[in-house]
Amino acid sequence: MHEKTLAELSAGLAAGDFSSVELTRHFLDRIERLDGRLNSFISVTAEQALAQAEAADARRAAGEAGPLTGIPVAHKDIFCTRGVRTSCGSRMLDNFISPYDATVVERLDAAGVVMLGKTNMDEFAMGSSNETSYYGPVRNPWDTECVPGGSSGGSAAAVAARLAPAATGTDTGGSIRQPAALTGITGLKPTYGRCSRYGMIAFASSLDQAGPMTRTAEDAALLLGGMAGFDERDSTSADRPLDDYLSGLDAPLQGLRVGLVREFMENDLDPGIAAATQAVIDELKRQGAEIVEISLPNVHLSVSAYYVVAPAECSSNLSRFDGVRYGHRCEDPRDLEDLYKRSRSEGFGAEVKRRIMIGTYALSAGFYDAYYIKAQKVRQLIAADFRAAFEQVDVIASPTAPETAFRIGQKTDDPVSMYLQDIYTIAVNLAGLPGISIPAPQSGGMPTGFQLIGRLFDEARLLNVAHRIQQETDWHTLAPEGF
Amino acid sequence: MSLTTEDVEKIAHLARLAIGPEEGEALSHDLSNILDLVAQMEAADTADVTPMAHPLEMNQRLRPDRVTESNQRERYMSNAPLAEDGLFLVPKVIE
Amino acid sequence: MQWETVIGLEIHTQLATESKIFSGSSTAFGAEPNTQANLVDLAMPGVLPVLNRRAVEFAVRFGRAIDAEVAERSVFERKNYFYPDLPKGYQISQAELPIVGRGRVEIVLEDGSVKTVGVTRAHLEEDAGKSLHEDYHGMTGIDLNRAGTPLLEIVSEPDMRSAREAVAYARKIHQIVTYIGISDGNMQEGSFRCDANVSVRPLGEEKLGTRTELKNINSFRFLERAINYEIQRQIDLIEDGGRVIQETRLYDAERDETRSMRSKEEANDYRYFPDPDLLPVVIDAAFIEAVTADMPELPDARRARFQEQYGLSATDAAILTATRATADYFETVAEACGDARMAANWVMGELAAALNKAGLAIARSPVDAQALAGLLARIVDKTISGKIAKQVFEAMWAGEGSADEVIEARGLKQVTDTGALAGWVDEVIADNPQQVENYRAAEPDKRKKMIGFFVGQVMKKSQGKANPQQVNELLRAKLDT
Repeated sequence: MHEKTLAELSAGLAAGDFSSVELTRHFLDRIERLDGRLNSFISVTAEQALAQAEAADARRAAGEAGPLTGIPVAHKDIFCTRGVRTSCGSRMLDNFISPYDATVVERLDAAGVVMLGKTNMDEFAMGSSNETSYYGPVRNPWDTECVPGGSSGGSAAAVAARLAPAATGTDTGGSIRQPAALTGITGLKPTYGRCSRYGMIAFASSLDQAGPMTRTAEDAALLLGGMAGFDERDSTSADRPLDDYLSGLDAPLQGLRVGLVREFMENDLDPGIAAATQAVIDELKRQGAEIVEISLPNVHLSVSAYYVVAPAECSSNLSRFDGVRYGHRCEDPRDLEDLYKRSRSEGFGAEVKRRIMIGTYALSAGFYDAYYIKAQKVRQLIAADFRAAFEQVDVIASPTAPETAFRIGQKTDDPVSMYLQDIYTIAVNLAGLPGISIPAPQSGGMPTGFQLIGRLFDEARLLNVAHRIQQETDWHTLAPEGF
Repeated sequence: MSLTTEDVEKIAHLARLAIGPEEGEALSHDLSNILDLVAQMEAADTADVTPMAHPLEMNQRLRPDRVTESNQRERYMSNAPLAEDGLFLVPKVIE
Repeated sequence: MQWETVIGLEIHTQLATESKIFSGSSTAFGAEPNTQANLVDLAMPGVLPVLNRRAVEFAVRFGRAIDAEVAERSVFERKNYFYPDLPKGYQISQAELPIVGRGRVEIVLEDGSVKTVGVTRAHLEEDAGKSLHEDYHGMTGIDLNRAGTPLLEIVSEPDMRSAREAVAYARKIHQIVTYIGISDGNMQEGSFRCDANVSVRPLGEEKLGTRTELKNINSFRFLERAINYEIQRQIDLIEDGGRVIQETRLYDAERDETRSMRSKEEANDYRYFPDPDLLPVVIDAAFIEAVTADMPELPDARRARFQEQYGLSATDAAILTATRATADYFETVAEACGDARMAANWVMGELAAALNKAGLAIARSPVDAQALAGLLARIVDKTISGKIAKQVFEAMWAGEGSADEVIEARGLKQVTDTGALAGWVDEVIADNPQQVENYRAAEPDKRKKMIGFFVGQVMKKSQGKANPQQVNELLRAKLDT
């Protein structure tokens, strides 16, 4: 059953080939047997999952099932789930039982989705390798000595290893797309504001966005339909109707204009990645797409602008973790300052502290204009580059990540080299655009990713292009051995 | 751009983080490297550019002035590390 | 040396919304701790703020009331600092782009002259929770019910030159916010709190002296005392060769002194930046128009109208418009009884005295405006005399019913039956031959005064119920012939 895609499982449930309880048991069993090698889950909620599966079967029996009813899904542990530990990969929230559900969780719940558990992640979503988690690194099912990417590394590894048919993720600078690339799955970061951020523990509020992590584009379309939509509890949520992500999946690509970013394809691009990218481009051409070279002249500044904007917002967002109302509190604080300083220093890991420090510095008196305002201006330039490019093309293509999965521990001593993992993905968050990563041909036996970037709210087109590629190729069907 | 350990201490205090001496040194090194990365954006000419705070051109939505919440104190305070009589407790605050 | 004082005020007024500025929790005062703190107020991980429309309307209404520019686009920012009553570790406020820009109000000084005080700006922000310092095993308790209550912070120009002026300004702002219904202005409950920036400089000097900030003063009396104490402290300090340090000071009402708040002395760096969870607040002309359409009449305009429409003196008009409740009360009485002069006298006289004695606000008067109007109408239509009316008022105050019910129950209706009156008149004339003789011997212009004696005697016989005007006429008819 685990070999089936979400769409196939949905059809199987509808046809009565198996029940949601059977399906859920199957995946829970796989998690129990196999996740010891991956560490992709922080919490497995077997009991609740089976109760939800029973309810889903009952709903189906009553003739009230939708396409997602009874489908098991894993949630990144950044989404608040009522009555279940929501740790965000941090010691700070190791003891935090969320009193409420995130909107994304609530919506999927209402659609009848079964939650298998909460997946491992970089602490507070800060990282590109899943090594900053308080719960230990996640291993890549393609090579367990390697990282799965991050920050949604647990979700990526679980889907790649068929421990879950699909998972939710979040993406602030590439946290859905880069791990999707490194584990050979499909990951979509929707337009900023398309999925509600309510109940999604904030890293950088103006960049964070939730999205589906699945094996195929069709599955991503199905799951996105259940996650997305306007939410009045999120002031930054887009109040516009949801597109039908499924109906246009098969539209032919004849005449599609695909922009290839010159700045991303030159310099020291890894030859394996370059070849993989070219293979997908060739497929697009074969299907009648027109390839246009475009330029994003300011895109090379995105990593530096991002490492001001994201830390600045995170330094403020993470101030609420003070040991007073929830979360880690140090033993026997001497006074208030001691309570704050020790609780926070014990509760946060090194990378989170680094980013809080950078952000605090960037916002502090005398530096605000030079760092924060400057970064917001650069952000504007980058967004303008994309607007100009989309005058010429319908979608923009690039590699997702600069290399295949690297070894655990390889980059932990060098934060900056880790940050450069996201050079192709970060600009998309700064501009608020939707982006999808789909599997491209492997390089050296490891997965690679191909990124498509769309206009604001053009998720349907990204899914269409990705689906058409996957209809004609088999890169996305490869499975890691031993899982 | 390089940060001294004193800078690091000052920032750590603002952020209410306790940084040990060894950690301070490593941090000042890491932070300086990150600031070097960040400094790349200085090259951009942003003279007439409006800072972009949000990816979408939207205005703040306004919520009707209605009370929608009821008392959920027990549930909401169940994660509190230290509470009594419905109050969160912290070390004595001196005014 | 002659010193000049320079004062600017920052007033935090709590807006009278039902729910909080960024959440649907109630803002009602006095609930059990943390029972009105929801997920957003508690700053749970993942929660987000959504702005309360009414709070925006109230801010706009205030802007229009002080003749200020309302910003087409204003932005919420985060003011970052750690404090246990500040659950997010930042306060959502407005810094660079406040909702209300420069405006002004007029205050009346003691000599009767009018002074204009500039309002620099007014901005929306959220209140913090409360730290309770009672002993919880040597710890402080945190109640977040108040966290997220909407505040309008009104910042004045440093235009005041004395504690009296500062108080007059604060009272004026208080009058405006309560008049336009955006705040209950309840100072005991902290709905109206003043911070005063005080400095002194040698008279004639242009450069401002170093200022201190007096925090959280919640009565006009304390405001005056705190400023006066601080002025003297600064002058003494400078004259003794010392220097004023820029700092925050707390007024201790019991000791009548200000003292340094050392705990807040630490150099703060609030790291303001636009709150990425909130979008720019855009206010168009239609919004302003809608808010202004139901704007109540402002106190200054109402005072002028009262003088004009009801023929009141400037002083009386000022007293009767001091609060919106008083003005509404008076106007209801005046309109309903048809005699504004009488209404004014009663509201400022009997009613004010009774309220004062009972320690009640006019809104809680046991005799409401309609009831008082009912009483005055009986004077106007001569059912009772003004003197009897006072008795009736007392009975109404004591809860004995409406004016008509009291008059009926106590049989106080004025006697206008000429037969009965003539009988009393004849008796009085017969009983007082000497006075009658004196009266008749007197010059006509003296008689006017002398007739009062006879009227008084008749009123006595009638137990106050005789219609004095009729009695007067009857007496003249009998005595003058």
